[in-house]
Amino acid sequence: MKRVTTQLRSEIMLVLRNGEQLLLTLIIPVLLLTFFSLVDVLPSGSQESPDFLLPGVVALAIMSTAMVSLGIATGFERSYMVLKRLGATPLRRGELVTAKMLSVFAIELLQLVILVPLGLLLGWHGGDTAVLLVIPAVLLGTSAFTGIGLTLAGTLRGEINLAAQNGLYLLLLLLGGMVIPMSSLPAPLRSAAELLPSAALADVLRDCLTGVGNRVGLSWVVLAVWAMVAPAVAARRFRWS
Amino acid sequence: MNGVLVENLVVRYGELTAVDHVSFSAPVGEVTVVLGPNGAGKTSTIEVCEGFRTADSGHVSVLGLDPVTGHNQLTERMGVMLQGGGVYPSARVRDVIAHFCALHDRGMNADDLVARVGLDHRAGATWRRLSGGEQQRVSLALALAARPDVAFLDEPTSGVDVDGRDIIRGIVRQLAADGCTVVLASHELAEAEKIADNVVMFMKGRVASTGPLGTLLRQRSTIRFSSIDGLDTVDLSAHLGHGVNPRGNGAYEIDVASTPHIISMLSGWLAEKSLPLNGLDAGTESLEDAYRRITGGLS
Repeated sequence: MKRVTTQLRSEIMLVLRNGEQLLLTLIIPVLLLTFFSLVDVLPSGSQESPDFLLPGVVALAIMSTAMVSLGIATGFERSYMVLKRLGATPLRRGELVTAKMLSVFAIELLQLVILVPLGLLLGWHGGDTAVLLVIPAVLLGTSAFTGIGLTLAGTLRGEINLAAQNGLYLLLLLLGGMVIPMSSLPAPLRSAAELLPSAALADVLRDCLTGVGNRVGLSWVVLAVWAMVAPAVAARRFRWS
Repeated sequence: MNGVLVENLVVRYGELTAVDHVSFSAPVGEVTVVLGPNGAGKTSTIEVCEGFRTADSGHVSVLGLDPVTGHNQLTERMGVMLQGGGVYPSARVRDVIAHFCALHDRGMNADDLVARVGLDHRAGATWRRLSGGEQQRVSLALALAARPDVAFLDEPTSGVDVDGRDIIRGIVRQLAADGCTVVLASHELAEAEKIADNVVMFMKGRVASTGPLGTLLRQRSTIRFSSIDGLDTVDLSAHLGHGVNPRGNGAYEIDVASTPHIISMLSGWLAEKSLPLNGLDAGTESLEDAYRRITGGLS
């Protein structure tokens, strides 16, 4: 536990020192939520734009932070040989993954503190919804996407990792019902997309924040499976050098 | 007693055999320098010892542990200094050293360690703002964070200025004196000669020679000296009773092993003619000479 907290402290210190990255992590979701709430160009089904967008943008923020930002930063750590150096210390793979996951969760809490009040300002109607379930949903989403990001960063070479993280991000974004409703997808593609972690997280968050999830039971199960399997694979496959 | 034991180690990369049946040992409380040009197999060998690479065959024991299966136990007692890098560019000196100290159960005090490598005045600087020599000293500090029983140091004095080299050499000597098994990879022969108790010479994936430094260096069969260009070598040869051959740029070689008598005759002849004696290589050969002699047949 001491090693996890030591590594977590170091991870958070590095995030704070890379202010521009932190700023992007916060600003991009804010811009997306504001722009598409005010400019009605995205199909939002039967819902008002902010009601449809807020859960999707929160899911998008989690995916960006936990998978892409973390995955790319970890790829750089490999090229700087930071990982190799850590591999010669008593820090275990699982402890590194846990510390990175917790540092991501801390950033996501900050994102929620900004995005939820902004959603309210833009017209989000929370209503009688299970807002408290947002936290376990965010935890599961963080676990799933951190696992995916670290699996890629822990096994692929630097430039391939960079391309893979961005490519996967685009795929999960477009097919995950975050900013484009799943109902807009062709039926066979939609069935497959429902098993993606992005679709499951967006659906669960939509149910928590607006009470209109489409397949909530299945989504919780899908999200939980990704949250368990992806970090386990990352901890097992992660290479220090 | 050996802290590191390597027996018949083989490491292959596809068709290429990078390490070909290598055997050597590194005694506890001594500095063992692994020498060799790039691509000689020393880095692959050390990576196997550190547990970062798996051997294709052979046996490696570090502090009595298998570096791969016993990696978790080994990391509590092992210090590793990588050749360059290994630190996030935006990390500050004291922070990164404190981080590594805290990762070990019996880690050193971070402030003591910063002072020990002579970086108190740079404790708040980020890695990217350090000079090459300062970065090397941070890297060495990270290797010391564990209070290691075994340390693998890759080119610790590379790119370091004269004062920094003195500091690093002093730390490495003290580390060994405290009972640590130090394995140091280098291609700087003059630097290695100043610090090695034992030498392992790598050449094309094999060990060309290994043993205590003193046993590898032979008595020179010639005397080399330097003075001005254009000495009267005929007269000097007649005076000494041995041939004197010019080697260019004011350097000369006398075809005889060094004795106090012949050195006295040489300096007397130069003094008589008011000529300078700018340099004298006599007695035991240098590590560089030994390296050339030993690896010459393989290169």
